[in-house]
Amino acid sequence: MIPTIVVFLYLGVVLYIGIFAFRKSAGRTRAEEYFLASRSLGPFVFLLSLFGTNMTAFAILGSSGHAFSNGIVTYGLMASSSALIIPLSLFFIGTRIWALGRKYGFMTPVQMFRDRWECSHIGTVIFFVQAALLVPYIIIGVMGGGTALYAISGGRIPYWLGGAVVAMVVMSYVFFGGMRGTAMVNTFQSSLFLLFGAIALVVIGTGMGGFSSAIESLNNPSTGYLLTRERFSPTAFLSYMFIPLSSIAFPHIAIFCLTARKMSQFKRTVIFYPLCMVALWVPCVFLGVAANSVKESPQIEAKLQARAQLAAEGPRLQPQERDELRRKAGGDDVLLLLLERYAPLWLAGILGAGVLAAVMASDSQILALSTMFAEDFFAFYGGKQRFGERVQVQTGRIFVVVLTVVAYAIALRVPESIFALATQYAFSGYAALTPLLVAALFWKRSTRWGALASTLWAASAVVAVAVFQSLVPPQPSPVWSIGGIEILARGPAGTTVFGFLPVVPMTIISAVLMVVVSLMTRGPSRATVARYFPDERRSE
Amino acid sequence: MKNLLLALLVVALIVLHQDFWYWRTASPLVLGFLPIGLFYHACFTVAVSLLMWLLVKTAWPAHLEAEAEADDSSIKTIEEGEAR
Repeated sequence: MIPTIVVFLYLGVVLYIGIFAFRKSAGRTRAEEYFLASRSLGPFVFLLSLFGTNMTAFAILGSSGHAFSNGIVTYGLMASSSALIIPLSLFFIGTRIWALGRKYGFMTPVQMFRDRWECSHIGTVIFFVQAALLVPYIIIGVMGGGTALYAISGGRIPYWLGGAVVAMVVMSYVFFGGMRGTAMVNTFQSSLFLLFGAIALVVIGTGMGGFSSAIESLNNPSTGYLLTRERFSPTAFLSYMFIPLSSIAFPHIAIFCLTARKMSQFKRTVIFYPLCMVALWVPCVFLGVAANSVKESPQIEAKLQARAQLAAEGPRLQPQERDELRRKAGGDDVLLLLLERYAPLWLAGILGAGVLAAVMASDSQILALSTMFAEDFFAFYGGKQRFGERVQVQTGRIFVVVLTVVAYAIALRVPESIFALATQYAFSGYAALTPLLVAALFWKRSTRWGALASTLWAASAVVAVAVFQSLVPPQPSPVWSIGGIEILARGPAGTTVFGFLPVVPMTIISAVLMVVVSLMTRGPSRATVARYFPDERRSE
Repeated sequence: MKNLLLALLVVALIVLHQDFWYWRTASPLVLGFLPIGLFYHACFTVAVSLLMWLLVKTAWPAHLEAEAEADDSSIKTIEEGEAR
């Protein structure tokens, strides 16, 4: 009961911060204030809010859950690769997005694409594809909220109610506070869940009587794979390096780059971002692995039994039985179970709030979709001109409500692991959209038709992978191979192409399409190109 | 030359991320409990932070900020002129 009360107090604080931001911006009715906090965020808020925005439910619940099932490989797959690729993309792409936004007043990536490639309807296509790919990411937040509150309350708050409560709180502070409220809440939440990792490690470690014996007990032939990467292929490992490319292509990250008061605020962000990753991910991954040695928790014991049964009888089971066992063996709530077992009640509540903090990072995605709708659709098709800026902002707020309700309804019906949903759909799709940003910012010969080809490819590839995975069950042998070379395979973890995850061919083909189609078509006018590449204008 | 060296450093870190040399071993356990593969990648992440520090110090695209602020101040001057 005490952890539940602490968590509800935390939700109250978050709600208050959102309303405080609303009061702070009272009287400022401009769209730039609601959607971009008047491009005025300082360095501390910029770093922590950006970090919090990238850390969704999967960062804590999914990472420890994935580590529980797969071992330490989780850190290399998602954390150290992200710690390299995300700061690099902020350094090279984020700074340029900021500069162009400041120069030309852009509030969304689609506005920039429309201007850069002199296109209107192609921009609308990009808008729809970006929006469709962002929705699964928002659903993750709602699912994480349901899972977290269910576990923290010891099952007293059902999944549907937990998801509803978290969705309602997020919706409220996004509705009232806009970007300023979201950034302030994210800063508070990031501080909380950065502390969470260290505290959880110490508390659970003490409760378990130290980690040495726990890890030693796993270092045997049957569970030793959790401490190495022997069950993971190097090609799949390399594939995961492509997934963080999605970060800068996500509209909420690109839009967030526009909120910095000065470009120099990117400096501290790119330097400290990797250190924040270590502080959060090492404890979560390690605790997920260590949970395999816990014998005192009946729920964790049940998960281990389900995993053992799946390994022993998997091929002989019916698909429904396999799915049920996978669900039982899933570890998304394993960190919460460790807290329940080893942390004092009040501390479990505070740490549970830290988990919720990561879960609630979906606020930025909701706001980004609202910004895109208000700017790329409502304003672009004349709504702002006809009804004024105040109505545009109100439309954005209504969109926040509608989107949250739809995401919640879907979250109740989709029984998919948080981690799998995130990586298989949204992340891969956005990684395949990264060539658009690179081409727009660095290649003056790129054209709108190249952009359209890349966008349509990314969308169709995501749909194709989803359909393929739902129609073809996991198989021990490749689905398609030629001369002994495996071309297409469907394993329990997903689909691979030449041993790589689909994100690799999706991104490479997207880049190839951008180049080939651009070279075959006419580019934008010299005047437009000169505005984006002023150095070359001077050299001419 | 400077840019080439920095590019090589970035490539080197991408290569170092694929640490096949610790692929199949958990030993040694650092501090008695941390598998070497996890410790290596934690150190790798700290090295990335150092790389980013070096990039910021030696290759910061200051011209972008200068251009944006120049345009910004010219826009403000125009707005102020119109207001007068």
